[in-house]
Formats: sequence, structure tokens, C-alpha cells
Amino acid sequence: MTVMTDTALQVAPASKARGYWATVGRRIARDKVAMVCAFILLLIFLAAIFAPYLHLADPYQGSMIRRLRAIGTPNYPLGTDELGRDMLARLIYGGRLSLLIGILPVILAFVIGTSLGLVAGYVGGKLNTAIMRTVDVFYAFPSVLLAIAISGALGAGILNSIVSLTIVFVPQITRVAESVTTGVRNMDYVEAARASGASAFTIMRVHMLGNVLGSIFVYATGLISVSMILAAGLSFLGLGTKPPEPEWGLMLNTLRTAIYVNPWVAALPGAMIFAVSICFNLLSDGMRSAMDIRN
Amino acid sequence: MFVYIARRVVYVIPIVLSVALVCFLLVHITPGDPLVAILPADASQELAQQLRVAYGFDRPLPVQFGLWLWRALHGDLGSSIATGRPVLAEVLKAVGNTVTLAVAAAAIGFTLGLFFGLIAGYFRDTWVDKVATSIAIAGVSVPHYWLGMVLVIIFSVQLNWLPAVGAGPGGSGSWAWDWEHIKYLVLPAITTSVIPMGIVTRTVRALTGDILSQDFVEALRAKGLQETKVFRHVIKNAAPTALAVMGLQLGYMLGGSILIETVFSWPGSGLLLNSAIFQRDLPLLQGTILVLALFFVFLNLLVDIAQASIDPRIKRS
Repeated sequence: MTVMTDTALQVAPASKARGYWATVGRRIARDKVAMVCAFILLLIFLAAIFAPYLHLADPYQGSMIRRLRAIGTPNYPLGTDELGRDMLARLIYGGRLSLLIGILPVILAFVIGTSLGLVAGYVGGKLNTAIMRTVDVFYAFPSVLLAIAISGALGAGILNSIVSLTIVFVPQITRVAESVTTGVRNMDYVEAARASGASAFTIMRVHMLGNVLGSIFVYATGLISVSMILAAGLSFLGLGTKPPEPEWGLMLNTLRTAIYVNPWVAALPGAMIFAVSICFNLLSDGMRSAMDIRN
Repeated sequence: MFVYIARRVVYVIPIVLSVALVCFLLVHITPGDPLVAILPADASQELAQQLRVAYGFDRPLPVQFGLWLWRALHGDLGSSIATGRPVLAEVLKAVGNTVTLAVAAAAIGFTLGLFFGLIAGYFRDTWVDKVATSIAIAGVSVPHYWLGMVLVIIFSVQLNWLPAVGAGPGGSGSWAWDWEHIKYLVLPAITTSVIPMGIVTRTVRALTGDILSQDFVEALRAKGLQETKVFRHVIKNAAPTALAVMGLQLGYMLGGSILIETVFSWPGSGLLLNSAIFQRDLPLLQGTILVLALFFVFLNLLVDIAQASIDPRIKRS
């Protein structure tokens, strides 16, 4: 049982549950790297949400006269793109779609995968075999290939890209959820709940969910980084967002032709993807070590 | 050992069949008629029906799957709609280039990953560890297609040292291991290597740390064994898991090469997949994905067997 080490910390009595999360919170607040990452992510999120109030240039309005200005041009602090649109505005507005198509698949997969894994782990038997063998089939594809196969077959579009990435992540989260659930299903408190007549649904929702959610959540946060890269990658290939929408992956693709004229402007959208991806990775690492209270 | 191998091989059969089913269904989840893409806009109903019969799309799905699987088992994956050439030949030709790229990237990524992982795990919580861990985090977080672009900007556009795209002088398809060809490989291989480098570093670091904290290491040191010999024990214990992770990463590089091959116009299976998608060449799309997925399944099988053969603990469980 590889999960035994993870579950050891989750068997604290219910009355101490708040104490555990408070400790985790304190530990993560002391983690400088995680806090800096959280702050950067917060800035990017807020800028994307409140973009219309930031007095930015119109991200769709181009001009053939001022195409591909360099970084630092007056009025265009980050230059202009191949159609003369303000890069700063497009990068900030681009956060809206990029973050949506990168994060939504993980949230959807988190909900679906946790439910599937919880049911498979708790009910066990034939249902477990059915769910977990189906999950195995998806593991027979490298995730990039699976995402591109589904997106390629469904055709380009934001919705299709979200659907295909959700399908990629559901099996991964289901596996984690199933293995943590199997680890706690034979704990005494679950046995006690069953003996006192709680229904299977109540046991899963009240007694088990809280004990398995933490580990699954940390795993899912780690997936956001992969999801951001893949979602932008699909757009980069032309399988996600369509022009003229500002989206980092698509911007990177259309600016590829500009690398001989103004290379560093062309590299900007990728730097945004990198920043978000590395911050989520470091934040997820921080949460994992904060929740690992054994040391 | 033989029983273990036999059991693993038998277990692969249902997986292979399911993979084939998924690849088969891919064509049928496409919105609309799979023939729409190749029919001219002014085609008559009669012509459409003729083509449908010719491709067997008029039969019930299970029958179509049976026939498709039977032909696939005999090495017939149909022919490409765009070029008319047999899909299998097209795919195998392209896979060769992808293997070249993946092997070169694996050589770079695994060497660096093992090195960084071992020193980070051995000198845990020192500055060496911090540097190696940061490189690893950057490696797993970087959008590799963007890194490819940045490398092209630096080494092709600004310094003019290496070619930006292609797989050989004059766009020739035949690969050779001479400098004229290798200089085309350098940038794509480095780009492909960053993710496996990061993942191998993180795995090996964690493994090394765990092994060093075990009692037997204490015992080895207590009996006065030289540190280099203790280190050999660490490597032996870390090898099976590290091998499994590297096998998986090699599989990801082979199957997930589409983004990098697109950036560098590297004529491998990923670029083939890309053109199949955008020309709506469904037989080619289906065939390429099937071949790549089967590659991945068999690579995993090989890794499992290799792991079991060097780690006696696996066979016992």
C-alpha cells in the first residue's frame, strides 16, 4: 500500500480536523516561495479579470503602420504584434482565455475524477474493476497524444479543447482518488459509521470525502501547470482558440513569423505561460510539503 | 520470471484491443460524415454513396470495427486520403525520424537528470540541491514549444550557428549521423530533453533522499564502508524506479512530439499527425495514433519486464 504514508496524517480525530488545516495554513504562509508564487498568480488573475478597467489599448484594434514595434516603444511598453495591436493589452486580455482553458479542464476533471475514484474505492469489487480498467485504457496513450487525438478528431474550438483536456485528466485524478479512498475505507471510523447505519452515500460524503480531498486537491493543483501548457499548446497548433481572440498559445503561433523582425516581442506570450505554469508548480509543491506534517 | 513475463504479456492483449477500439472510434466522434472533408462541394448524392460504400462506411459499426481490426492485424491501415499512399508506410517512415529525435533527447535529458538528481539527493538542503531543484522545476514547467522558439531566436536568428527548421540540408528526408545532419538535431533534441530532465531529476532526488535515510545505509557507514561504495548501494536501490520513470518518459517523447516537430518542422510522426489533422485525413490520423499508442504500450511492457529482471522484490509480490 503506497498510500499508507499519506493517510497516516489524515486519521486525526474529527475534533482536531480544524487544527490540522490551521497548521497547514500557517506552514504555507511561512513558505516564502509559495507565497511569492501565490502573489504573482493573484496579480495575473486580477489583471485578467479587471482588464476592461485598466485603461489599456484596445486589444483587437490593429494598425498596419505600427506593426511589430520593439519592447519599450513610447505608448507601447511591450511593443506591438504582427497586426500592430498593443502587446501589453493583448497579454493581459489573453490571460482571460488562457487561464480559463488551462484551469477549467482540471476543475472539471477534479469533480468527475474524485467522484469516480471515491465510488470505485469505496464500493470496490466489480464496479472498481470496471472503472479502473477503463481508466487503464486511457493510460495507454501519452497524454499529449490523447489530447491531440481527441481535439484533432473533434475539430478546432475552445469547447473541444476543454473537453479533450478534461478527458486527459479524469483518468489521472480517478487513479489518485481511488488509491487514497482504498486506503481509508477500512479505517475504524468508517466501520463505525457503517455500524451506526449510515448509508453508503453519507459515508462517502461526510466521512471519507474530507479525508481524501486534501491529497487529491494537491495532485490536481500540480496538474494545472501541465494543463496550462497543453491548452496553450493546442491553441498554438491551431486546435483551440481562433483569431483574433487574444490567447497566449495562439499569439505565440501567429507571432512565430515575426521572430526574424522582432524576436523578443514574439517570445512574450510564452513567457506568460511559463510564469503561470511555474508558479502553480511551486505552489503545489509548497502545499504538498505543508500538508506533510510528519516532519 | 517466465510466469511474470507471461502474465504481463497476457495483460497487454485487452489493452491493445481497447486502444484499437479508441482509435477506431476517433473517426466516428468527428462531427458529420467522415467523408465530408474529401468530397468536392458539388458532389452528387450518388457519388457520396459510392465513396461511402468504397470506404465501408455504410456497414454497421461493429462490422466496420471487425474488418478494420482484421486488416490492421495484417498491416493494412488503409491509405491516406491526401496522398493515396498506404498509411502504415507513411507512419513508419515518419516514426524513424521521431525515434532519432527521442533517442538524442533521452541521451541529453536522462544524463543530466540522473546527474542533477543524484547530487541534489546526496547534498540535500545545500545550495547544490537548491540549484538542481530549481533547474528541474523550470524544466517541468516550461512550455517546450516556446523554449524551442527562444532557442531558435538565440542560436539561429541572432547567432546564426544552427539551422532553425528541417532535418537535413536541402530538406532531404534521409537521416545520417554526420555533422551536416546533426546540427539540425541539436535544437529540437535540447528542447525535447527539458521535461524528461526535470522529471528524472525530481524522481532521482526523492529516491536518493529516501534511500540515504534508511537504516541499512547507516549500517554500511557504521561498518566503515567507503562513501563511494555506499553510493553504489544507493544507485542499485534507486535503479529500478529510475528505469521505470525513464521508460515512461521515452514513451512520452515518442508519442508527444507533435508540438516540437511543428516548431522545428521535424519530419516525424508528430508533423505527420499535424498535417493529418488539418487536411482532415482521417485514415492517416487514425493510423498514426494507433501506431504511436501501440509503441507506448509495448515500451511500457518492456520497461516492466526490465524492471522486474533487475529488481527481485517485484517478482515476489
